[in-house]
Amino acid sequence: MAIEDQKVVSHLQQKSLGDNTPALSDELRDPLVLGNPSVHDITDKIAGITDSPMNMKFLLAIGATASIAGWGLLTIVYTIATGIGVWGLNNPVGWGWDITNFVFWIGIGHAGTLISAILYLFRQKWRTAINRAAEAMTIFAVICALIFPLLHTGRPWLAVYWLLPYPNQMQMWVNFRSPLLWDVFAVSTYFTVSALFWFLGLIPDLATIRNYVSGPIKKLSYWIASLGWTGSNRAWHHYEVAYMILAGISTPLVLSVHTIVSFDFAVSVLPGWHTTIFPPYFVAGAVFSGFAMVMTLLIITREILDLKDYITLKHFENMNKIILTTGMMVGYAYTMEFFIAWYSGNPYELSVFINRATGDYAWSYWAMFTCNVVSPQVFWFKKLRRNIPLMFIISIFVNIGMWFERFTIISTSLHHDFLPGSWGYYSPTWVEVSIFAGTFGIFLTLFLLFSKFIPIIAISEIKAILPNAQPHHQHEQH
Amino acid sequence: MSIGTSTVVMGNFKDPNALLHAAEKIRDSGFRKFDIFTPYPVHGLDGAMGIKRTILPYISFGGAIFGLTNALFLQFYTGAVDYKLNIGGKPFFGWEFSVPIDFELTILCTALATIAGVFYLCKLPTWHMPFQHDQGFQKAVDDTFVVAISSEDPRYTNDGTMMLLEQLGAKDVRVVEPRND
Repeated sequence: MAIEDQKVVSHLQQKSLGDNTPALSDELRDPLVLGNPSVHDITDKIAGITDSPMNMKFLLAIGATASIAGWGLLTIVYTIATGIGVWGLNNPVGWGWDITNFVFWIGIGHAGTLISAILYLFRQKWRTAINRAAEAMTIFAVICALIFPLLHTGRPWLAVYWLLPYPNQMQMWVNFRSPLLWDVFAVSTYFTVSALFWFLGLIPDLATIRNYVSGPIKKLSYWIASLGWTGSNRAWHHYEVAYMILAGISTPLVLSVHTIVSFDFAVSVLPGWHTTIFPPYFVAGAVFSGFAMVMTLLIITREILDLKDYITLKHFENMNKIILTTGMMVGYAYTMEFFIAWYSGNPYELSVFINRATGDYAWSYWAMFTCNVVSPQVFWFKKLRRNIPLMFIISIFVNIGMWFERFTIISTSLHHDFLPGSWGYYSPTWVEVSIFAGTFGIFLTLFLLFSKFIPIIAISEIKAILPNAQPHHQHEQH
Repeated sequence: MSIGTSTVVMGNFKDPNALLHAAEKIRDSGFRKFDIFTPYPVHGLDGAMGIKRTILPYISFGGAIFGLTNALFLQFYTGAVDYKLNIGGKPFFGWEFSVPIDFELTILCTALATIAGVFYLCKLPTWHMPFQHDQGFQKAVDDTFVVAISSEDPRYTNDGTMMLLEQLGAKDVRVVEPRND
């Protein structure tokens, strides 16, 4: 008899004895949390991370990332003080690493919202172990992303009336017909809503930690941050609806954000950018790269904080399936772009695409293609989907590949102008490279601080999905 | 109704089934001024306690309408009324190009209204917690369900209410005085 059949039989036998066993479907699946912890064990484990003192490893790690962030900030100051002439941008390539990095970081954020909102609406219970970390990653990635367009304006201190409809002495308004302005609204809304959603989810867990920690300063900090949450069911009742509404509006929001980012390109009239496939193609790419980044971070985090019972192979396998799917979607988009370039009969369009694959930036195109389309194919095999060292390497490949995708799109359409006389080649300067490295420093520093001071796993959500956490038999409704 | 800040009787539960049963019995005994504190939302507890549906969705919807009308007004007023600027012969205002901003501001205002609404309805922030000194009550955000019945409820009697909770299977039934310092 197969194991599954045995489970069914034993389940039915227990049922006939009137035992309170969980629903059959729950029993047949792999448990979401391994090691069968009690509700109190979960508090101990997750709150214990925030209560333990900082160890040497943590201080060394944060010292390293903060140094990189510091170097990045110095080069940002240098850029602002001197002007963006210190970057490699010039005619005809006016968008280079800065916009590439902007799209890259925004894309990273999308997996967090997908996990926290879309998987919530689809009742994917496995998301509870990873949604907190993924949402944190979203917020930190958007912070990194915002740096680049702001610097690209050249005089960021004037950005207030360039970017926002702020009544000013010149009586001028922003241009609502420009996709760049749509982007300002999309990204700032995305940041605000993600941060609110994240904080709402945190409130009950901060209350748990408030009652757990010992030091007076820690206690006071969590006391203030948890806003006086007591766990009253009269509050949970409103809270759950608020959570659902925020998940509901975050879902179209996340799809709109990368759609609008793609409008920055698609609404222009440049060959290679002016294509209708861009919105879905960008959204798929964003989810693809975001999941790769979640994977990279969580593999390290679960190792260091010993969360193997909470972030299990099942989570990684599910994420690998999503990486495989979205990787195929971007692969389809790459191919379809070529087909349409030929099928449109537009010679400029075709020449841009031939140049993309064979021209000056062919190295970048093929790096992108190998990393994004070829490397995830290993996830067709269950054994490889559950192989941690392999998926770590693939997740890094995907991150690299998706960065190259944005770089390829941006530079190949710009460096070959309509006039061959103005063709050029763009390379970044050390300043651009430093700022990009610096954003990784900022991102990792924030993530490290998060993993130390904020519950890295949604405590109340994971408690609610334990096998015996909910009443088994439905009482009459009133 | 919430339990307020006067003396309460508290009892602890560990089993969600017993808790649900207890909540129904307390409701059916006519108590209104009682509350249940749980570490995570328990399915079916709202109905068992007799809590009415939340008005939060209406607040959120109000936010959505506010955001949408403001987005339309903002784009129409700045582009087609206050400062008409011809850019590439594009119209000064058109609903088509206003869609991205309409959408984003609708979402933004919905989110802000939802958060403001849930804070208002849950009375957050209230940093002063009168029962926080009680050890059992503190466990409500850890692993215990705490039922609390206020002495302000008309059906409250000191011994009767404690006996009710004990009959329903509550452990450590106790009278907790609020601390207002």
